[in-house]
Amino acid sequence: MMLKVNAKGLSCPQPVLFTKKAIETMDSDGAVVLLDSLTSLENCKRYAEKLNCSTTVEMEDGEIRLILKKRSE
Amino acid sequence: MKMETNPGKIFTSPVFTGILVGILAPVLVLLGNPSNMGVCVACFQRDMAGALGLHRAGVVQYFRPEIVGFVLGSSLAAFLWKEWKPRAGSSPVTRFTLGIFAMVGALVFLGCPWRALLRLSGGDLNAVTGLLGLSAGIAVGNFFLKRGFSLGRAEPARAMSGLVLPVMLALALLLFAVLKPVEGRAFFSSISGPGAMHAPLLVSLVVGVVIGFLAQRSRFCTVGAVRDRLLIRDSHLLRGVVALVATALVMNLLLSWITGGNYFHVSFGNQPISHSAHLWNFLGMLLAGLAFVLAGGCPGRQLFLAGEGDGDSAVFVLGMIAGGALAHDFGLAAVPDKMIDGSAVIGGPGAAGMVAVGLGLLYCLWVGFGNTLNVGRGE
Repeated sequence: MMLKVNAKGLSCPQPVLFTKKAIETMDSDGAVVLLDSLTSLENCKRYAEKLNCSTTVEMEDGEIRLILKKRSE
Repeated sequence: MKMETNPGKIFTSPVFTGILVGILAPVLVLLGNPSNMGVCVACFQRDMAGALGLHRAGVVQYFRPEIVGFVLGSSLAAFLWKEWKPRAGSSPVTRFTLGIFAMVGALVFLGCPWRALLRLSGGDLNAVTGLLGLSAGIAVGNFFLKRGFSLGRAEPARAMSGLVLPVMLALALLLFAVLKPVEGRAFFSSISGPGAMHAPLLVSLVVGVVIGFLAQRSRFCTVGAVRDRLLIRDSHLLRGVVALVATALVMNLLLSWITGGNYFHVSFGNQPISHSAHLWNFLGMLLAGLAFVLAGGCPGRQLFLAGEGDGDSAVFVLGMIAGGALAHDFGLAAVPDKMIDGSAVIGGPGAAGMVAVGLGLLYCLWVGFGNTLNVGRGE
C-alpha cells in the first residue's frame, strides 16, 4: 500500500523530516508526500534522491504530490 | 541527473547569494555602515525600533533600508516566479515571543548570525565563540525537531494579510526619507554612534532588494545551513555560508589594501562593536540559535519568507523589533569592549541581560517540549 504523508503548511525542515520517515517506513509501493510550497518540494526531492529514491512530481490546484519509490540497486 | 537549461538557475544557488552578500556587505561598510556590520539583521531591526521611538537609545536609531529591501526584493522574486503565497496561523504568539528572545540573544552577542559571519571575515575571533554558541543552540533545536517538534501548520491566507508587512515597511521608509527625521517628529535618527553610520539610503535599499531577490530564489539561510548539516548531513545551504565568509574575507583584505583602512585584523580585543566576554558571546548566540531553529530559520530567512507572504514569519520579524526595543529599554544588550585611559575594559551584558538570556533559554525549552508531543502521528 502506498504510504501517504501530509507535510502541507509546515515550516523548514519538517517536510524533509516527514520525507525521511516516509522513506524509512514505506514498502515497495513507495510513498506520496503532500506539499504546498516549491521550497519544500526542492528540499524533499533533493533529500529523497540522496537516499536513492526515484521521484515524480504532480501539481494540481496548488497541491504538490511528491511520489517516492525506492530505486533497486 | 538531467541538467536544466533555465537561465535563472544560477539564482537558485546559495553559493551565488553568499558570494554576492560577501561582496556587497563590505561595500556598504565602505559607504558608511558600521564596521563588520555591512548587513546585520538584528542590529538593523533594533535601529528600526529606535527610529520608531520604541526605545530611546539615541545612538542606535535609523530606519534601515536594507531590511526593507530584503522584504521587497523577496516579494518581487516571489511574484515573478509565482511563489507569492499568503499564509499564516502557525502559533503566532509563540513565534512573536521567540522573536523577542532571539533578538535579546543576538544583542547580548552584538550581532545576528549574518553579522557573526561578517565579523569572522573581519578577523573578530569573538565571532568564533558566537558561532560555536549558535551551532550549540541549533543542535538543541535539532533535538526537538528529531522528536517531532512542530509549531503547527500554516493555512492559506488572504492576499491582503501577506501584503501588510511589505507595504507598511515600504511606506514607513518613504516617510522616513521624506521627513528627514527631526527629534520627536514621526521618526528618530541618530546623530552619533552606530545609528548615525549608514550608506546612502538609496544604495542601502538597492543592495537590500538585490540580496532579498536572490535569497528568495536560493532559500539562503544561515541557521538552516548548520541545522541541515547536523540534522540530515546536507551541506547545500552551508556552502552558501562558507562562500559568504570567504568572499567577505577577500573583500576586507582588498579594501584594507586599496583604502588603507582597517577592514581586517585578527584578535579578540579591540574589535569594532564587539565584546570579549566569552561566556556571554556563547550563551547569547546559543539562545538566538535555538530560537531561530524553533521558528524555522535565521533572521534573514524570516524577512525573505515574510516577503513571500508568510504571516508567521512577519510576526517573528515584529517580535524581533519588539525585542530590540525591550533590549534597549531595559539595558539587556551587551556593551562593547572599550579602551579607557589606555587600558582595555571588557564589555558584555549587565545583570539584566544575563537574566534575560536565562529566561529566554527557559522559554525556548518550554516551546520545545510544549510542541513536541503528539505531532506527526496518525499521518
